[in-house]
Formats: sequence, C-alpha cells, structure tokens
Amino acid sequence: MQPQELLYAKTHEWVHVDRDKAGQKIATVGISHFAVEALTDLVYIELPEVGRNVKVGESLGEVESVKAVSDLYSPVGGEIVEVNGSLPGRLEQLHDDPCGAGWIVKIKMADESGLSELLDYKAYQKQCAEEGH
Amino acid sequence: MTSMLSQTPLYDWHASHGARMVDFALWSMPVQYASIVAEHNATRNAVGLFDVSHMGRFRFNGPDFEQFLDRIVTRRVAGMRPGQIRYALVTNDDGGILDDVLIYHLRDNRGQLYYQLVVNASNRQKIWDWLEAHRGHGGVGFCDSTVETAMIAVQGPRALEIVRPLSTVDPAKLRYYTGSETEFSGTSGTISRTGYTGEDGCELIVAASAAMEIWEKLFAAAAAVGGTAAGLGCRDTLRLEAGMPLYGHELNEEINPFQAGLGYAVDLENRTFPGCDALLKLRDNKSLPRRVGWELVGKRVPREGYPVFSAGEQVGRVTSGTFSPTLNKPIAMGYIRGDLTAPGTEVAIDIRSHHELARSVRLPFYRRTS
Repeated sequence: MQPQELLYAKTHEWVHVDRDKAGQKIATVGISHFAVEALTDLVYIELPEVGRNVKVGESLGEVESVKAVSDLYSPVGGEIVEVNGSLPGRLEQLHDDPCGAGWIVKIKMADESGLSELLDYKAYQKQCAEEGH
Repeated sequence: MTSMLSQTPLYDWHASHGARMVDFALWSMPVQYASIVAEHNATRNAVGLFDVSHMGRFRFNGPDFEQFLDRIVTRRVAGMRPGQIRYALVTNDDGGILDDVLIYHLRDNRGQLYYQLVVNASNRQKIWDWLEAHRGHGGVGFCDSTVETAMIAVQGPRALEIVRPLSTVDPAKLRYYTGSETEFSGTSGTISRTGYTGEDGCELIVAASAAMEIWEKLFAAAAAVGGTAAGLGCRDTLRLEAGMPLYGHELNEEINPFQAGLGYAVDLENRTFPGCDALLKLRDNKSLPRRVGWELVGKRVPREGYPVFSAGEQVGRVTSGTFSPTLNKPIAMGYIRGDLTAPGTEVAIDIRSHHELARSVRLPFYRRTS
C-alpha cells in the first residue's frame, strides 16, 4: 500500500479500509514511517489476541524501543480478526515496509466513528512537520 | 523555551549532523544522531565521540585548595599526587549523596598545581552553592570554567589511537584515572584516561573556541576506523551495561554511598567532611535497600520507577532500565531489600501490569575483555 492512500491517526497509526469476501469492512492498521523513525531501535512488539474486541482509542498493544515504550491505539472499533505474527521475530519489517509487510492488525469494523477523526496523507504530513524530528 | 537552554560550543555541529536535541539539565544536548544501538556498538567495537561539555567544571587555584576539598568530598584529597584523578561523592550532613564527582589534581602549563572538580550538569548550581557555603572566610578562590571550556569524551578500543596524533601527551602513556596538561593542535588543554562507558578511552578539556576544530579532527579520525559521534542515548545504555550509577536515578540525597555500592569511594578514617559522622553509623547498616542489577528473561524492558516484587510483596524499585544492545536482553538497576541482593535471586518486575521474571546479577553487566 502507498502511504498516500492511507488515513492516519494523530497518534501515528495508519488505517486502510477494505471489504472481505462477505462484504464486511476490514481495517488494516499499522504505524507510520514517521513513528518508526521517531522510535528508532525497536526491540519488542506486543500484539493483541485475535478475537478480542477493541473500542476506538483503546490500546492494541505496545512497541518498545531502546529508549522508550509507546502504546498502539486502535483508530477504529471492532473485532481483531488477524495479527501479523511475523512481526515479533522480524521487527525490521516495521522499518523497511511500514505500510506493507509491517502491518500490525486487521479489525472487522463495528464502529466507524473513529474514521472521521483521521487525517488524510497531506494533513498528516503537516502534523509530522509541526512535531519535527 | 529553546532560547533558555545553554548550548555547548559544538551545538552547531550536532544540529548540522542530524542530531536529535533534547533538554538535559538546562542544556540542549544530542540524544542520538541516527540510531542509539549503532552508536552504542560503534563505541564498543571502535570509538564513540561524546560532547560532554555540559558537565560542570570547577577550578581551584590557591593555597588552601587541598585542605578545603579534603573537607568536602568522601575521598581523601590530601596526598593526591599531581596527575591523579579520583572518583568521590559529595554528601550532606546525613550522608545522603549530593553528587558524584571527579577530582583532578593537575599541573598547568606554567607548572602551577591546581585541582579541578567535574560535577554532574544537573547538580552544578547545587554543588557551587555547597562549596560557597563551606568556604568560610579563608582565601579559597575557585571558579566555574564550564562555559569557557568544552569537554569531549573519546571512548572505545580505538580511542587512544585516534587521539594520539592530535595530542602532545600520548594518552596510552597515562594510567587509568590519571591526567595531564597537553596540547591539541597547538591549543593547550587537559587529557585524562577516564570515561563513563565501560570502555578504554580518554576525556579532553579544551578552550571553547578550539573545540570545533578538535572535534572535527577527531570525527574524521573516528570515522576512518568505524567510529562515530555518539549521543546521550547511548551514553546511558553504555554506562548502564558498565554498572555505573547515574545521579538522579541510582543516586540522590535519600541514598547513602554504602547502599549504592560505592563504599570504595568513601574514606572515613581520620576524616572530617559533611556526612562523615552519619556515614560511620550507616556503614554497617544492612537494613536499608541496596543497589543491584537485574537481567530479564522476557523481552519487555523495565523502566525507571517500576516496582519489584518477591513473594507477592513489593521489595524494590527500578531506577534505570534499557534493552542492552551488547547482551541483547533487557537489563535494569535498582534498589531492593537488603536480603534479596544475592546474585541469582529471582524477583518479578511489574512492567505495565505484566510481572516479568528477573534475576539479580553481579554488576557490571558488561566488562571489556582487553
């Protein structure tokens, strides 16, 4: 997926909404290149359990770097239907391909209210520029 | 707020080399240039260059300095030979640690003997005030030379070889914890075989106006042997692996030197300094928490303030924690009840509600082989 096609939370998660074969809306969630660059030196990721229901803004897990730990917040509400099980063993995917191989969870959406709060690529770029490096 | 922060003479270099600057003890300091782990490994394997100009530097010229300092710090100053450097503590009347410092006894380029105290940036004002309060009405003259000088730490197995061509005094000829007046590219300064990384290396103090030129030369020489500029981020991971305490984390005014495992830096026989009497009583007190190191089995990283449990009861607290790049596992230091310090003792560290298994280990976590 191209970064330009995604929506972004202020807390640096990206979201891509698609439909599965049954027509259900599925949100794929990851963290942005900016976030990975800001964290640097990733050492650990905690993934949520498949089947868990999450609310908008609830913690999905955490990413730990040498320096600090950061929560991952769910930009949408729904049931976690898939997690990227290859990530804990290959954290470099978050750095090398944050919007592709570095995806983190897929959520079957029950609550779309969070979507209206998300930023498009341009607005997110602006926020990142303001936060600076 | 940025304008309130002090900048070292090397600030422009850091800014133009991609450093992330952070507010540290009212100084704007580089925390990392690219990757903490890369800078850490470069220091362990080759050489890291650290701008430590924020460290406070007090200089003592005058007839009473030896006796004066001997009555301030926990280590004996009287009898120090020219060239010697000692690690010591400054304690309050209760024996609590006000700062940990290095005392240098050096001869300047005119042959005059002087003392220098290097103090933590965060304690510079406090220790200055403490010295002022204890100077009495005698003729003790001292000055704060922090802003007119720069301090550069060159650390790692290749450190001495990159400094050697720039210094009239060969750092390899200095024993550990000794120093000397020298010249770097025609500018006078001091060089000492000291550091805060667990590696061999040296620290240079030069005039602020000469700092950039010397740093640039060191950087070119470091880059040629696989070294790099290194920020405060890896300074912290390096010192933690080396088991070295950091003021504000392992050390504070509520902690005495014996608890902190720094009894070697306290001379009590025939001494008079603030806290001396209190420390005589505290020396054999085993009931207070002690500083230990822990290695973790899991991947979660303990951080400052996390509680430590044994048999369901809180028995200690983490004061510093990180993921150790050298050992490839999470490590921490902290304080724990006196009966739970033995190496191998298992405890649980509460990492954001996950109780993670940790084992006490003998400090340091890392010791260099050569």
